[in-house]
Amino acid sequence: MAVPPSANDGPRTRRLVVRLLLVVVAMFGFGFALVPMYEVMCQAFGINGKTAGAWQGAQSTDEAREVRVQFLATNAAGMVWEFAPLQGEVRVHPGATEQVLFVARNPTDRPMTAQAVPSVVPARAAAWFHKTECFCFTQQVLQPGERIEMPLRFVVDRDLPADIRQLTLAYTLFDITARQPPVARVAQ
Amino acid sequence: MSAVIEPGHVGHGEHHPGPASGLMRWVLTTNHKDIGTLYLCFSFAAFLLGGSMAMVIRAELFQPGLQIVQPEFFNQMTTMHGLMMVFGAVMPAFVGLANWMIPLMIGAPDMALPRMNNFSFWLLPAAFGLLISTLFMRGGGPNFGWTFYAPLSTTYAPESVTFFIFAIHLMGISSIMGAINVIATVLNLRAPGMTLMKMPLFVWTWLITAFLLIGVMPVLAGVVTMMLMDIHFGTSFFSAAGGGDPVLFQHVFWFFGHPEVYIMILPAFGAISSIIPTFSRKPLFGYTSMVYATGAIAFLSFIVWAHHMFVVGIPLTGELFFMYATMLIAVPTGVKVFNWVSTMWRGSLTFEAPMMFAVAFVILFTIGGFSGLMLAIAPADFQYHDTYFVVAHFHYVLVPGAIFGIFASAYYWLPKWTGHMYDQTLAKLHFWLSFVGMNLAFFPMHFLGLAGMPRRIPDYNLMFANFNMLSSIGAFLFGATQLLFLYIVVKCVRGGEPAPAKPWDGADGLEWTVPSPAPYHTFQTPPEVR
Repeated sequence: MAVPPSANDGPRTRRLVVRLLLVVVAMFGFGFALVPMYEVMCQAFGINGKTAGAWQGAQSTDEAREVRVQFLATNAAGMVWEFAPLQGEVRVHPGATEQVLFVARNPTDRPMTAQAVPSVVPARAAAWFHKTECFCFTQQVLQPGERIEMPLRFVVDRDLPADIRQLTLAYTLFDITARQPPVARVAQ
Repeated sequence: MSAVIEPGHVGHGEHHPGPASGLMRWVLTTNHKDIGTLYLCFSFAAFLLGGSMAMVIRAELFQPGLQIVQPEFFNQMTTMHGLMMVFGAVMPAFVGLANWMIPLMIGAPDMALPRMNNFSFWLLPAAFGLLISTLFMRGGGPNFGWTFYAPLSTTYAPESVTFFIFAIHLMGISSIMGAINVIATVLNLRAPGMTLMKMPLFVWTWLITAFLLIGVMPVLAGVVTMMLMDIHFGTSFFSAAGGGDPVLFQHVFWFFGHPEVYIMILPAFGAISSIIPTFSRKPLFGYTSMVYATGAIAFLSFIVWAHHMFVVGIPLTGELFFMYATMLIAVPTGVKVFNWVSTMWRGSLTFEAPMMFAVAFVILFTIGGFSGLMLAIAPADFQYHDTYFVVAHFHYVLVPGAIFGIFASAYYWLPKWTGHMYDQTLAKLHFWLSFVGMNLAFFPMHFLGLAGMPRRIPDYNLMFANFNMLSSIGAFLFGATQLLFLYIVVKCVRGGEPAPAKPWDGADGLEWTVPSPAPYHTFQTPPEVR
């Protein structure tokens, strides 16, 4: 080192470097803390079309108003299941609990696991779209050729802004067989 | 005085020898001037390599249709050009300038942590060796743009992406160590009497840049770590199939990415704030406001990141917040431009090469700033997003901003580094060719973008042909001109008219009190600053 000992104030520099390294570690952690913060923000403000988890609550029905709810079912790239809603659209009164069915079938000759991910359009309506029961809360395992009907129960909140007359709930179905290997059903 | 290097004992002892001879001098050096030189040479090499990639891009875009390269390789070129220029050329150039000049400007004998300094430089060749090697791997190098948005960089990435991630980690560690070194040097090694508010602005802007670096480089390391985990360890930070969200990637990336653009420009602001007063023969107008404006820009840079994401579907209140916060940055930046112009006002101006680059910096950076304001308007951005207008904007802030700032600094301090005056005529020629080439390359891109030409494409509609050809001609001119800079610097290192300690009569600052070339060891006894 070409630094005379007098100029390099050892302990002071060491203390400063330790503090700066702590900032570095904290900011590395902050990057990861952004992940749950993002989830919380999206759900708290109902942004990005993200709907919250299972809703527990009840509302009286607003008979005077009617909202169109459309359903879309899409397969993600590489997914081969047949996946569709039984009804493409329902008209609901805000506050009333509705149930619709989605159908999925595994056409392959091997057991597969799938996960459906929901999204609401317009995105700001997500905060007023409550699901009390949804197949998207769990993963689906289907044996070769198996077909199931999957229920979705939801309530459109009475406080849904008046300018929203129609909303779309879109599900994308992902193949997660590699991540969650399905347990082959033992012959019954 | 031994000329033989004993590893681990470089420069130890009562007296301080001059540089050791041979190659090992550069490998083992802990001298801030040597390391500064290494950084500057490395960054120029990266500039030429990244520039060659830009030449490939412009050659392919010379005419519509696919002529020279395949689209896959074109994508690798746009990605690598961005990565090389941002992390290889601009950032190391500023670290090199900081190494050379900060100890000289504040009267310190060296950087505070000289061995770490050596390590942070030598990480760079490893990092960029790794990055460039991906081009020769199966599946090719990174092809997802320098912003490496997931899932392009995770699910659909070439196999070499893991090497890319590791290279980014190494660059990040290098930058963080460099930043810690700058902060420790500036806060602890100032000469007696050199109070914070007497520091040259280059030191101030670098101090603030260093804080930005330790604030956001760890976030970049975090985001590439998340990518690594998604690719290899089965997590799903950015994969919707497992409950993650690709939009999250953009938030985390731009939380790093926006301060990053100020990391690339603030040190240039500082250098320009030394050069303009020198050649105007007046003190800098509004020193204090310059310091506070720099701090304000640094603070605002942390709360505007989502203006890069206006079209991903953020809520209206979010669009408004990020739009207004972004526009607010124009205020401190405007203060700076006003101060530079006021410094020149009624000054005794002369136009040596550093001043020409500095004046071009002020004018052209302001143009880049104005197109930035246009992009900040959320509803207008829906049209401009991902078009060549964005390419024009950031090249106007980075080429005549960062790069011209670096050229101005190099021409300003080259006599101090080499002890020789460089060829002023050739340097002016370098300026004019760069100025014309750069404007010819990037100005037509504004029109292309407004007419709807998307960025990152190897082929385009026939209606864009004329402007693209002009742009390519300008790019070739600008690229070839940089070889002239290499020639000027080499010629200056090898000889030339001896430079006095203070080659510019209007210059002010401690660096001009030491002889030219600056001796290997300076300010062993701290100077007295009044």
